[in-house]
Amino acid sequence: MSLASDFVSHHNYFVTILLMVSGLYIVIASGNMIKKLVGLSLFQTSVYLLYLTPAKIVGGTAPVLDDKFAVYSNPLPHALILTAIVVGIATISLGLAIVTRIYEVYGTIEEDEIFSSDGEI
Amino acid sequence: MEAYILMALLALLAAITIAIVFQRSLFAVVILAGIYSFLMATVMIVLDAVDVAMTEASVGAGISTVVFLATLHLTRAREYPRPRSVMLPLFVSSVVAAVLVWGTFELPRFGAAETPIHQHIAPHYLKEAKRETGVPNVVTAVLADYRSFDTLGETTVIFTGGIGILVLLRGRRRKRGEDKDAVDPGVRDA
Repeated sequence: MSLASDFVSHHNYFVTILLMVSGLYIVIASGNMIKKLVGLSLFQTSVYLLYLTPAKIVGGTAPVLDDKFAVYSNPLPHALILTAIVVGIATISLGLAIVTRIYEVYGTIEEDEIFSSDGEI
Repeated sequence: MEAYILMALLALLAAITIAIVFQRSLFAVVILAGIYSFLMATVMIVLDAVDVAMTEASVGAGISTVVFLATLHLTRAREYPRPRSVMLPLFVSSVVAAVLVWGTFELPRFGAAETPIHQHIAPHYLKEAKRETGVPNVVTAVLADYRSFDTLGETTVIFTGGIGILVLLRGRRRKRGEDKDAVDPGVRDA
């Protein structure tokens, strides 16, 4: 019984870890650069979940002040993650611009082909 | 009740992540990533992070999907079957997952109000934000007032990223311009 309730109460963290590890797996295992960047953004998004989960109070409400409510979730992680999302899109866009340039120079976005054509030169 | 809604949404999120790992068509991967971001925004609403959910839905599911699709248009839309071994990445991921799961055992229960994170500076923000800044939305007050230097740093990062993208993609336009110049004399000769 206590094991089951422990699982429910930590369920968020387990899913967060699954998302994070899937992102890591894609980044290492995939040779395709666009898929690598999708993996990187999966990793990033799982960190958002990791920050937002402890901020929640069951029975609380969103941190917009009103006389009708007394319990609010923690606003600080929300502000931090807002910043992280916007920085995330900036870095992913820069990565995609680099991928576009690589495609123009090498004619491929597969890492293995780029390495082998570098070897030929 | 909230916990069970959350469990269902997170199960969907996990299913989509597994689909992204095994999908070969990059177009499908990008669309699945868009669905993933939108589900993540729904999860954020359940976690009371409404401002973050709004940003994730517009930036993560909107802008980022468009940017990925534009890159697919400029490059190639299919991933090759991989010749490399999956053993090493599988091993690294499993070890990282095991260590992280071990780390979660000491974390407080989901939704508890007496955890350290809720004792530090958050009560001050919630109590004083309206008097000190005049903004009822505490997240906005923190973002634009208490921690506005963070936001300045964020803006600097976006500015740098934008400059980087401009410099990288300006080379293309110049090259295309040179191509046009190369064709033009031929046209004139004809």
